[in-house]
Amino acid sequence: MFTNFPCFPQQASTQAGEVDAIYFFMVAVGAFFSILIAGLIVFFAIRYRRRHRQEVGYAIHGSLALELMWTIIPFFIVMVMFVWGAKVFFDIYRPPAGAMEIYVTGKQWMWKVQHMDGQREINELHVPVGRPVKLIMGSEDVIHSYYIPAFRVKADVVPGRYNVLSFTATKPGTYHLFCAEYCGTKHSGMIGSVVAMEPQEFQAWLAGGPASESPVAAGEKLFSDLACNTCHRGDTQGRGPMLTGLFGKPVELQDGRTVVADEAYLRESIVNPQAKIVAGFQPLMPTFQGLVTEEQLLQLISYVRSLSQQAPGSAPAAPVMPQASDRPAVEKK
Amino acid sequence: MPEGYSHAPTHGLPGRVAIHGHGDPHDMQSSHAHHPKLQHHFDDMAQQAEASTLGMWVFLVTEVMFFGGLFMAYLVYRYQSPEGFAEASNHLNVYWGAANTVVLIVSSLTMALAVRSAQTSAPPKTQVGWLVATMVLGAAFLGVKVIEYADKFEHHLVPGPNFQWPGTYPNPAEQFYSLYFAMTGLHALHMIIGIGLMLVISWMAWRRQFDSSYYTPVEVAGLYWHFVDIVWIFLFPLLYLIGFHYGSH
Amino acid sequence: MATLNYLNNGHGLKSWLLTKDHKRIGLLYLASITAFFFLGGLFAFLIRLELLTPSGDLLTAENYNKMFTMHGAVMVFFFLIPSIPAVLGNFFLPIMLGCKDLAFPRINLLSWYIFILGASFTMVAALSGGVDTGWTFYTPYSTAAANGHVVITALGIFITGFSSILTGLNFIVTTHRMRAPGMTWFRMPLFVWSHYATSLIMVLGTPVVAITVLLVGVERVFHLGIFDPALGGDPILFQHLFWFYSHPAVYIMILPAMGVISEVVQAFARKNIFGYSFVAFSSLAIAVVGFLVWGHHLFVSGQSVYAGLIFSVLSFIVAIPSAIKVFNWTATIYRGSISLESPMLYAFGFLGLFTIGGLTGLFLAAMGLDIHVHDTYFVVAHFHYIMVGGAIMGYLGGMHYWWPKMTGKMYSEPWAKFAALLVFVGFNLTFFPQFIVGYLGMPRRYHMYPPEFQVWNVLSTAGATVLAVGYVLPMIYFTYSIFKGQTAPANPWGAKGLEWEIPSPPPTENFAVTPIVTHGTHQYAPSKEVGVA
Repeated sequence: MFTNFPCFPQQASTQAGEVDAIYFFMVAVGAFFSILIAGLIVFFAIRYRRRHRQEVGYAIHGSLALELMWTIIPFFIVMVMFVWGAKVFFDIYRPPAGAMEIYVTGKQWMWKVQHMDGQREINELHVPVGRPVKLIMGSEDVIHSYYIPAFRVKADVVPGRYNVLSFTATKPGTYHLFCAEYCGTKHSGMIGSVVAMEPQEFQAWLAGGPASESPVAAGEKLFSDLACNTCHRGDTQGRGPMLTGLFGKPVELQDGRTVVADEAYLRESIVNPQAKIVAGFQPLMPTFQGLVTEEQLLQLISYVRSLSQQAPGSAPAAPVMPQASDRPAVEKK
Repeated sequence: MPEGYSHAPTHGLPGRVAIHGHGDPHDMQSSHAHHPKLQHHFDDMAQQAEASTLGMWVFLVTEVMFFGGLFMAYLVYRYQSPEGFAEASNHLNVYWGAANTVVLIVSSLTMALAVRSAQTSAPPKTQVGWLVATMVLGAAFLGVKVIEYADKFEHHLVPGPNFQWPGTYPNPAEQFYSLYFAMTGLHALHMIIGIGLMLVISWMAWRRQFDSSYYTPVEVAGLYWHFVDIVWIFLFPLLYLIGFHYGSH
Repeated sequence: MATLNYLNNGHGLKSWLLTKDHKRIGLLYLASITAFFFLGGLFAFLIRLELLTPSGDLLTAENYNKMFTMHGAVMVFFFLIPSIPAVLGNFFLPIMLGCKDLAFPRINLLSWYIFILGASFTMVAALSGGVDTGWTFYTPYSTAAANGHVVITALGIFITGFSSILTGLNFIVTTHRMRAPGMTWFRMPLFVWSHYATSLIMVLGTPVVAITVLLVGVERVFHLGIFDPALGGDPILFQHLFWFYSHPAVYIMILPAMGVISEVVQAFARKNIFGYSFVAFSSLAIAVVGFLVWGHHLFVSGQSVYAGLIFSVLSFIVAIPSAIKVFNWTATIYRGSISLESPMLYAFGFLGLFTIGGLTGLFLAAMGLDIHVHDTYFVVAHFHYIMVGGAIMGYLGGMHYWWPKMTGKMYSEPWAKFAALLVFVGFNLTFFPQFIVGYLGMPRRYHMYPPEFQVWNVLSTAGATVLAVGYVLPMIYFTYSIFKGQTAPANPWGAKGLEWEIPSPPPTENFAVTPIVTHGTHQYAPSKEVGVA
């Protein structure tokens, strides 16, 4: 039963080494101070042990020099930790340009994955080694969290917005996938595997699966089924803004703000159209909240994206985790 | 005598000055030592009064934090949909809101006069008079709120399954009205408690318990009342006046 | 035959249930929180039992989820937050300040009744089936999905919060207005400073969690949609509001324990604290900066990375005053006259375990590292090191230190030493493996787990068994001491402080004569040996 137990997780992504480096630094600092304090206490307790009942200690009130020293030195140490930790965070959360995008939907209690070419997975995620991957994640119900310990990455999956997780796998293998935000009864069953494969094997896997509709095709179908095309026409004469070439561009709103048309903006425009009215248009669009699932939203969004000249995967690299675009665009292309 | 404690009284004393004698807990030095309202654990009336008022101020700080959570939610959601909130706010009746504001400000005046009358040992009739005036104004405030709430029920403006919004921004409107009911409801609850407090204080005043040597309960109740008034001074513009245009309602 | 003291001054249930004596109220709290400690401990034990094996075979998933929810809620709200302030603070704050009682004795009693009322609501919820939201009640699970007992539980916590607020209010006013003549702020015992800082947090933070849980309850009942994304509501807003209190809450749990340690270390080294004003100001600094770090619970939630940076740097900064205290306590032991009675053993245990716990907090403050360890057993280990290795050790140390004063009896010192050793060993065996299994990736709140994590879980459960014995022993020897213990003198430890100048147990009015204070506590050596200030 206990013959094979790990003490340390595998490193299987480009970021894993970085995370482990800061971890080891902090273990070293922690061990140093713990041993120092414990050692001093034990030493003092023995060296200054009470020898007779009436003995008292020597009266020392303090030392400004010591106080300053043990304030300033720890301060510098923690500042190093802060900067280092921030750097690692940026490295993990800044999706690199050219990342392969995959949609993930969390739902009590399973993970649904949608590759751009149509492959779908449940509770598994196949990725190629050596290529940056960007997961765009939404939730159907409550907050979940997508966690791959071997890659050292995690991001909450929050209903009502998209969160992004990116990584580059370095070692082929099968790795644990866990839901890391308590989400109800089967939270500990909401697990799976991330399978990293050599690029050729990955291509073979992609091609080999049952043929299913790509999200773009599914989205196109939904676009017409839901009658989006009656207002969002291929020209500028529609009651709604034209969507061709929209994705990734700045949009001027009625109230003067400008936002970037990213996934979060598109999602919000479908479920809460009144939140951001485009300048020059009337607030006529009905809400589709409750009429489309999170998966269908992702399909519609992939379709709208395909209407722009940019290929999927070359969206502007945002330096921060994208959220619902409810503030003016800070990051511009 | 325990070590470290001496009879020498004057160096490094804290702000208050009453010093006890050595061994006589019923020291007659303090002129209020036998005031019937002095609780046994206090040295004198001054200490008791200061403790009571400080206690009320600390409590009011907790109340600020309590309402603060709702103000934060309001801030976040209004920032998210300014037009939605403005549209929702226009359905509130500014005139009732303004009337209530005036009512509360006047009630703070009557309350202050009540405290003053106790402080100056005015006859109980006067003290009770001002307190009753405060209560009547408070009741008037609550009466107006009942009218307003009834109107909301009638027009399907209560958040939940029966909420219906005729305007452009239904979701922000529902958020707005959730916050409206939460904030004014919590405020009204505090008003009701305040009126209850006033009843108790009025009864005590009627029984001649307050004069210039002891009026702390009136003062402390007054602080509470002024606080409830000030919360409304913030609620009124935030809920009633955003996006308000003359003639829009 | 016995002299009149607070214990025999008035007999019968009414004299206890309607008491205004802060010392009796402290004992009322002692009885209640001890019961809740063992209840919360029972839930913990069931959790550890389940986690002996990778599959979920002892409890159903739903029951397991209720176990960890109730363990957290009971331990946080009904044990840790009241413990030291409501028992030891209530008992000793007035005595240490040289006055007869707290500023508002009736409000003190009211706060106990409010505590009981709030706890009863939550117990009713537990008995009718419990809640499974986790003690953190994250939306939208708690508002939309979880079972119906959320409202009663939330109400129970809402009510209990007022108990905390009133205690803090009482302490603040008492410290400001009721100090004995000559007791300047800088002559107060450090126990008082830490309780003052704790009270600031209680008073400023608790109302926010009160309104937050109230909103959760209201949303469930009336379907308002404040946190509901379908209406444009923000589930993350809940997290901000919740953690705005719940982070400072952990300082409510640790600051009083730090106050106990300051007292115990000085008493058993017979030496005044090294760096008094630094320790005093560090308590205030922890309270203030502790309000500015809550966002470190939201690093992976999708909050703005710039907000994350600010919370991260502040989270590092808040560690500094705690480090200053640890160094000052260690320096106090230098050239003291050290005696290793059980209170001092607990203090030493605190120093080691709090240091480790605090250092592991730094791991979590580092944003890039937190991504990996957030919501894993690493976090669970970290906060148990602080709350159990720190706060509970402090509580037990204080109980052992002041037991003779409170009861007039001595407990069995050999058994106390043995229990302290069991607690220390059991604690480390329980929680150190959790750092390892957390970094390996085992998420928290997991009912079942991959088999390769089993070894660490087995070690942890073994430790929990030892720890449990260590906690049961004091119940036995403390209870025994009440009936058969040696009578305690006024000052069994040879310590300095106002509480040791009065009889054990103290008389109801504490002091026959109001003391007049000319210098601070814990001055052991003759004054001509006074060192550099």
